[in-house]
Order: sequence, then structure tokens, then C-alpha cells
Amino acid sequence: MSGARKSAGMPIEARRIALYLVLIALMLAAPFLFPGFRTQLAALWLMIVVALAWDMTGGQMGYNSLGNVFFYGTGMYVAAVITIALAYDVGEYTSAAGGGIHAFTDAQYFAGMALGIIGAGVFCAVCALLIGYITFGLRGPYFAIGTLGVAIAAGELVSNWEWVGGGQGISLPVYPGDLETGKVVFYFLFAAAGIALFVLLRWLYTTRFGAAMNAVRDDEEKAEAMGLHTLRYKLAAWSIAAFFVGAAGAISAFQLIHFEPLETAYQTINLGIFMVVCVLLGGKGTLWGPVVGAVLFHVFKEVTWNYLLGWQWVALGALIVVTVVYFQEGVMGYLMRRKPEWFGIRVGREAE
Amino acid sequence: MSAIIEIRGVTKSFGGVVANKNLSMTVEAGGITGLIGPNGSGKTTLFNSIVGYHPIDAGSIKFEGREISKLPVQKIARLGLLRTFQQTRIYGAMNCVENMLISLPHRKMRLAQSFARNSAAERKRAAGLLEFVGLYEKRLLRAGSLSFGQQKLLEFAMALMNEPTGLLLDEPTAGINPTLINGLVDRLKRANREFGITLFIIEHNMRVIMDMADTIYCLAHGEMLAHGAPREVQNDRRVIDAYLGAH
Amino acid sequence: MEQILGNLSLLAEFPVINLKIIVDGLMIGSLFALAAYGLALVWGVMNVKNLAQGDFVIAGGYVSWWLAGLGLPPLLGVAAAFAVMWAVGWVVYKLVITRVIERDMFTSLLATFGLAIMMAQILNLLFGSDTQSIQLQYDTLYFFDGFIDVPIAKLLGVLLAALLAAGVILFMKASRMGQAIRATAQDARAARVLGIDTEKVYAFTFSLNAAICGAAGAIIVMVWVIQPFYGISYSIRSFVIVTAAGLGNLPGVIAAGLGIGALEQYGAHIFGIGYQQAVAVLLLLLVLVVRLVQQRRMRRSLQ
Ligand SMILES: Nc1ncnc2c1ncn2[C@@H]1O[C@H](COP(=O)(O)OP(=O)(O)O)[C@@H](O)[C@H]1O
Ligand SMILES: [Mg+2]
Repeated sequence: MSGARKSAGMPIEARRIALYLVLIALMLAAPFLFPGFRTQLAALWLMIVVALAWDMTGGQMGYNSLGNVFFYGTGMYVAAVITIALAYDVGEYTSAAGGGIHAFTDAQYFAGMALGIIGAGVFCAVCALLIGYITFGLRGPYFAIGTLGVAIAAGELVSNWEWVGGGQGISLPVYPGDLETGKVVFYFLFAAAGIALFVLLRWLYTTRFGAAMNAVRDDEEKAEAMGLHTLRYKLAAWSIAAFFVGAAGAISAFQLIHFEPLETAYQTINLGIFMVVCVLLGGKGTLWGPVVGAVLFHVFKEVTWNYLLGWQWVALGALIVVTVVYFQEGVMGYLMRRKPEWFGIRVGREAE
Repeated sequence: MSAIIEIRGVTKSFGGVVANKNLSMTVEAGGITGLIGPNGSGKTTLFNSIVGYHPIDAGSIKFEGREISKLPVQKIARLGLLRTFQQTRIYGAMNCVENMLISLPHRKMRLAQSFARNSAAERKRAAGLLEFVGLYEKRLLRAGSLSFGQQKLLEFAMALMNEPTGLLLDEPTAGINPTLINGLVDRLKRANREFGITLFIIEHNMRVIMDMADTIYCLAHGEMLAHGAPREVQNDRRVIDAYLGAH
Repeated sequence: MEQILGNLSLLAEFPVINLKIIVDGLMIGSLFALAAYGLALVWGVMNVKNLAQGDFVIAGGYVSWWLAGLGLPPLLGVAAAFAVMWAVGWVVYKLVITRVIERDMFTSLLATFGLAIMMAQILNLLFGSDTQSIQLQYDTLYFFDGFIDVPIAKLLGVLLAALLAAGVILFMKASRMGQAIRATAQDARAARVLGIDTEKVYAFTFSLNAAICGAAGAIIVMVWVIQPFYGISYSIRSFVIVTAAGLGNLPGVIAAGLGIGALEQYGAHIFGIGYQQAVAVLLLLLVLVVRLVQQRRMRRSLQ
């Protein structure tokens, strides 16, 4: 049996490496092959990041958050505040509605961007620890609704907080330099976040930590009875997810230039639910599922958008319902069931 | 011998049903203690109280001298007191080896250590314990595809993997093929002797528990009916009546 | 901050303002309680957590508002909203809900969330995103030298809500279908053994819930305003109420509904009207934390 596995294993490994090489080449070339779609391609990477992050708790641990968009919005604001604070007084800046009087040097802009992205990630990771300490005591529907509540509450509170611009939102300086260069830069920033998260998860899911995540999902009571530090694993996983979602939010903030709290930052019914749909569409609890789902969803969204004449949001709602009701195993779940050999024979891999 | 689990005056009721009434018992370290009683006499309830599954109404439960009656399940498990479930609980979607590796003693693991793959030594230990319970051949099968008896054996092996000091077993032989029971009893004894694990066992099969235990407690209707050495309990008039009355 | 303190001292200086806030809160709270009752009903009977609850309410409001525009008397609009939303509920049940009953809870939550998005967007396309209301030509009663004003329309709304609630409760107690619903909620399998067609019970329960919500919405549009995207906050309020009261606790639902109505009015008064939505959500988080602490004491988590 082990001999058969070895000879069958080589081509799969080789094919996998070839696949990765092709994908990396595509990723690098995409903004130059399709120069008219740079912004959409960047948005695709954003979807991939948030879908992968959502799947960490939703797919791998069984904690279905409806509030991960909280980290996205918070990341945006943290990045904006850091960038502005490097050069100006934040309250003064926002009360002038970010008008032309406030100019930023290139150095200030890029320092703000670097610090903003990292700072947003770290801040959101800490938020996840604090919020999770409470919400992870909630199970099932209460967790989903509790996290949704956190995101909605944050949006409402921020929209009443004049220091960060209130309901009007907040503006950042535009990318210093050529507009198209800016688009390429944002594309690669999102892509870097997506690839970093993918590589991290690819490794993480093979560790003891990854096994513990699945144990929490499959039977948390048993995991507790075996003395697993369930809360610790949940918090760690959520804060890693929050780091990436927060960082992605920060990149979005610089890309969008102006954003406001309810429609853009804490967009509970847009991005907040899209990330879940991506994961369901691609396959919950799999490494590739969120990526595949994000691509499918994004393509569906971009292609249908212009033809639906205002009904696009209804169509998206319908897509959610149909996915949830009829196709919950997702693409990867379907393939794993129908074509297990594509994934290498599972039995035997864990052998030694 | 010293006491490892001390139960004093424990009462637990569900609504109107008093499942445990003023129970006191002592489990000696290093021994095998039996808990018997007709169906519905409150045995599982007592186990649940010990491992922190629900709050108790009154009384005290000590493990290694430490009060645990207010601790949650995970903390008690991390002290080294483990239980298996009457309705076996294993990870059905994982294979046996993965089930074993999940069961590593996480109390000995810092967060940083969890960010690593399982070591060869751990895999070897998992394989060894699967061998010990006779599941080595099935180690790569999905645990959910095993028979009920095999799942019980797997759950037992998982508990051993966790290196507990005390292990509560809820009807370990129920649902196991009668021809395999002797083998299981033998393994329970070896786990007790060779690994030094104190066993506290709920058991329906009288022959089995009389053969294994040093001390036996018998419950009926949530109250303590009798306790003592197996022979004393076996011949106790009230115990015989309780069992006859219940069947 | 000064504004908040100012508002607080105003409350202390003129105690009758408290009375006004409480009266207002109780009136809106009675409608929250209606929607929450429907949520608890569906939750208890078929274990579906309906996140489209608030959108049923708003949709009912639009039915009545649209018919009023065509000349239908608003009171008949309540009945019309009840009937139309009953039909909507039945269709939704047959298309979606019946397929998620046996599935895990997140499925029903997410499916109804998708439904909520669809309904809000459809209403937006049909009626636009402006706030709407029906102006009733009734007088306003004044008490305490005009400090407290109670429009008769609001009183009428509360009365209608109470009548509707009484009708539903009576129905659940006395009718055969009501008994079948309660039996199914207790134990669906046993109910099937007794010959109850649980599928029919589920469909009926869900339709009834949608109809209750619709009628509540038709009352709301007579005394407050509606807008296509207000649904989610009514859903959240329903969850707050049911979480605070627990399932199958009718007095609890009424008390929690009225209490949340009053607390929201206080929140709006003290922090400013912009915080009304935030107060509703923060109440949800507060209730969850309180329940969590209670469960911790039971060595349990909230599930
Ligand atoms: N969670 C519970 N809720 C209500 N009653 C329970 C619960 N668990 C056990 N009981 C009742 O407590 C009594 C003892 O049950 P149990 O401890 O399971 O008995 P045994 O394990 O000895 O067969 C029974 O009457 C049972 O119905
Ligand atoms: Mg039992």
C-alpha cells in the first residue's frame, strides 16, 4: 500500500507545484494583462483575504461570525487616524472635512500607509481578543447575532463620533503619483495580504493548532472534556483573522480616499455577508474553498452588475439564499465528494 | 493509600427529580473503584457533577485535595481528571490517529507549542496506544465508520493519550461484543497498573465490576445504598433487592 | 458630554418628562413585543431563527401605506397587511424555510439574512428610500399643562396591537391548530406520532408569524415612520426581547418588549436621536452578556 501511495503521490505533488507556479505568474501579470480591470482585480484580492479570514472561525472552528466586517471598518479608521495624526490634529482635520488646506508630503503619505496598515492589523487583532473574550462564550445563533451586533453598534457609534468625521466620513490624501501606478500599488498590496494569509493558513492547518480548531468545530464539548484550551484557540484564530481583515480595511481606506461609516466601513450587509457567501460557495472548512468562492462570487457580481438594472442587490440576496439552501457544500465540498482522487487519497497521508 | 477524589454530601436535582441525594464517597488513589446501581439511579449524574458538567446543589467535591465543584469542565480536565461518555463521543470525521493526536495533554502545551506539527514521538505514542486497545489495523479509517464497540475502545485510548491521573469511565463494556469484554477488562486493569491511572467505573455488568474493583459504591434512587469490598456489596440484601426490583 | 449631562438634569428637574418618555416607550414597545412574539413562536416550533423578522414588519407597513395611497382606510390596511404578509410568509416558507428546518442553525440564520437583504432591496426598488408614514386625522390629548402629548392615533395603535396579541393568544389556546402548534413545539416527533401533520403546522406557523409582523408594521406606519432599511433594527430588537425573556415565556416577552421600548426612548433622549439605533444594538449586547454570566454560573455557555 505504501509503495502505491508513493508512486501515485509524485505526480500529484508535481502537478500541485506546477499549479502554484501558474497561479503566481497569473497573479503577477494580471494587472498588466488587464489594465482596464485593475481596481476590480484588487477588489477580488480583498474578497479572497476576507473570505479566507472568515473561514478560519466559520469553516474551521464552527463559529459563524456575521460581524467580521467590524475589523474591516475599524482597520479603515485606524489607518486614517494614524496617517492624519502623523501630520495634523485629527479633530481639526476632520472638522475641515479634509479640505484642500491639508497637504501631505510623500514621506508622510507612505509612512502613514505603512504604519496605518500594520497598526490597523494590530489594533484589530487586539480588538478580537477583547471582543472574543465575551462573544466566544456565545454559541450558535447567539454568536452570529452577537458579532453582527458588535459590527452594527460600531458603525452607529462611529457615525456619531465627530472626531473621526461622524456620519460624513473621513478623507485621506490621494496616492501621490500617477493614477494607474496607484492602482497597481493597491493591487499588489491586497495581493500580498491574500498570499501571506493563504501561505500562513496552508501551514497552520497542518499544525496541532489546526487540529484543535477542527476539534472545536466537530465537538466542542468533547474538546473541553479533553482539556483543550478551547477559548485560547478561538481567540488566537480570530485575532489572526482580524489582523488580516483590519489590514485589508486599511489598504481599502487608502484606495478609496474617502469613506464613511455605515455604507463603506461597517458595511454589514455588503462585504459583511459577501465574505460568508464566498466561503459557502467555494466550500466551508477547506483551504481553497474561500479562494475559489471569492473568484466565483466576484466574477458573478461584476458580470451581472450592469445587466440587472437596479435589481443587482436583490439578485445578490437571492444568490445568498440559493447558495445556503441548495449548495452548501460548495465547489470544493462537491469536488472532494465526487473526485477524491484529485486531492490525493486521504487515507495514508497521515500514516507515519 | 490516599484519597484522590473526595465527594461529600453532594446533592443534585433536576426540577423535581432528585438525581443525587447527599452522596459521600472516596476514590482511593491508584485503585479501581466501581459505581453500580439500577438504571436511572443517578450514576451518570454524579459523574457529570464531578467533571463539572453542571452545577451541584450542595456538597463538596475534591480532586487531589482541591475543591473542584465550582470549576468548569476544561479546568477540571486540565487538572488531570478525565471522563468518557456513556454515549461515546469521538471525532467521527477524523481518522483514529487524528483522534489520538487531538487528545494530547493540552494542559502541558503552551500556545507557542501548538503552532507546530505533531512530533514523531507523539505519533508513535498514538500508534502504540491504538495497538494497546487493538485498533492499530483500523488507525487510518474514519472513526465514524467504526462499530460502536470500537468507538468505545477509541475513546478509551484517547483518554489514555491525555495522560490523566484519574479517569471516570461510564459503562465501558456496554455495547461491546461479549467475546471482547475479557480483553477490555484486562486492558483497563493494565491501564490502572502500568500507567498508574486511578479508575472510577460505572458498570452494569456485575461479573466485570466484581472482578476489577477494590471498592464498590451502589446507588438506588439517587441515594447511597451500600458500599464496601466487592464481596460485601454483592451479598448485601438491599443491593440484591434493588437490582431485582429494577429488572 | 455636557449635552448628555444637560439632558440628564432636565430629566431630574422635570419628572413629568420621564412620564412622557415612558409612555412613548411603552407604546412602541408593544409593537416590538408583537414582532418578538412571532420570532419566539417560529424559533420554538421549528427552531428557525428568522433574521428577516423586521423586514416582514416593514413590508407590512408598506402594504398598508401603499393601499392608503389608493384610498383604503388605514384601519383596513392593518387587515390587508395581515393577509398579504400571510401569503408572503407562506411562499417564503415553501421556497426556503421548509428546506432549512432540519439543517444546522447557521443555515436558517443565513438563509433568512439573505431573505432580509432581498426584501429590503425590493421594497427600496418599489417604494424608494424615503421614510414614509400615514397621517391620521385624529386629535392629540394633552396632559400636565401640555408637557405630555399623546396623539390619539398612537393610542389607537397600542389598542390595535393589544387586540391582535389577544386574538393570537386566544387562537393558540383555543383552536385545534393552536394546540397542534403547541404540541409540535413541545416535541415534533411525538406530535407526528399523534397524527399531527407537522409540515402543515410549520407552514401555518411561519405564515402566522409573517402576518403578525405585517400587521405590526401596518400599525407602525400609522404612528411612526418606515423606511426600506429599517428592518434589521426590528429584527435585532426581536432578538433582544426573546433572548432576555427566553422561549415560551409570554409575560416575559411583553415585559421585555415594553422595557426595551422605554429604554430606547431614554437612550434617544439622553444621548440624542442619532443614537437610537445604537442603543437598540447595545441593549442586545448587554442582554447577551447578562445571559452569558448567568450561564457561566451554571457552568454552561449560551447556546
Ligand atoms: N439533564 C437532565 N435533566 C433532567 N433530568 C435528568 C437529567 N439527567 C438525568 N436526569 C434524571 O436523573 C435521574 C438519574 O439519571 P442518570 O444519572 O442518567 O442515571 P444512571 O446513569 O444511573 O442510569 C433520572 O431520573 C434521569 O431522568
Ligand atoms: Mg448512565
